[in-house]
Amino acid sequence: MTSPSHDHAPPYWSLGGLGHGALLAAPALPGIVVFAAAFGTLAAERGLTLLEATAMSAIVFGGASQLAAMEVWENPLTPAVIVALALVVGAVNMRLLLISASMRPWLGSLPSWQTYPALYFLTDAGWLMATRYRAEGGADVSVFVGASLALWATWVASTVPGYLLGELIADPRRVGLDMVMPAVFVAMLVPLWRGPRRAIPWVVAGAVALVVASLTPGWWFVIAGAVAGCIAGGFVDEPA
Amino acid sequence: MSPLEAIDGRVAAAILAMAAATYLIRAGGFWLMGHVPFTARMRRMLEALPGALVAAIVVPLAVRSGPDAVIALAAAAGVMVASRNDFLAVAAGVAVAAGIRATGF
Repeated sequence: MTSPSHDHAPPYWSLGGLGHGALLAAPALPGIVVFAAAFGTLAAERGLTLLEATAMSAIVFGGASQLAAMEVWENPLTPAVIVALALVVGAVNMRLLLISASMRPWLGSLPSWQTYPALYFLTDAGWLMATRYRAEGGADVSVFVGASLALWATWVASTVPGYLLGELIADPRRVGLDMVMPAVFVAMLVPLWRGPRRAIPWVVAGAVALVVASLTPGWWFVIAGAVAGCIAGGFVDEPA
Repeated sequence: MSPLEAIDGRVAAAILAMAAATYLIRAGGFWLMGHVPFTARMRRMLEALPGALVAAIVVPLAVRSGPDAVIALAAAAGVMVASRNDFLAVAAGVAVAAGIRATGF
């Protein structure tokens, strides 16, 4: 969480800011294309229709959480599976809670009817671009929204070619596609490394997940492991 | 095989549940900051979550899938450490898994 170290102008909106934000997001777009295509491919494998996959990208706009959801996805979708999907997606996206909190100093003085719709499009990438702009003294909220909308449009549009490609692949395991989601997550873990002490929750989470996975069917082990790791994290004190 | 443009009621319910969970988080951090202070412990728990979640997903998956998955994920981690590029890392993981399976192990 960053509080501004120097005074900022009050937040405002501008049409030009939307375009400026979209330009700032441009370097992230090729990565989004590949990522969304990977989601589309997995969605096709899981038996979603093209409209369902695209609607999920448009409405959830969830990056890695949508990939995780495809691992939990089961047919038929019972109410228990739907609850598990919401929990897994929520857990993967929980990092956005801190990101959202860090938007308070910038957006706090805007009326709620402007802030809460804008936060619908909050992502790590859009936040990263917007906070850089903010750190340089900017206050135009349209830059944040422009960057976020560029990411959203790219995410939704790129789901479609991935889906159509996925329908052509007969055996996803053979070409290693089942490794996309776990590899994305392993790659996420590397920049999070802050030394062995901070990795204690990871070990707790992995061990609890392994035990729960061997005892219960379905995907509850993800929730159990994540919660156990979180609790462990709360009790690992800051290094002196 | 259902037509491409179909949408099932249960799938729609799942999408809405996923979207609601995500929006609660997207809006929730901002809301909380205005209403309750974050304690140091809450912050530490939230900071531990991404890594814990990844471990909880990946460890059982790798154990279940076998040595090909473990080697592929190790390759992804190695490339990520060396390049700090997620997409190179994922490509390496997929390529190594496909390579091992193509050679028939």
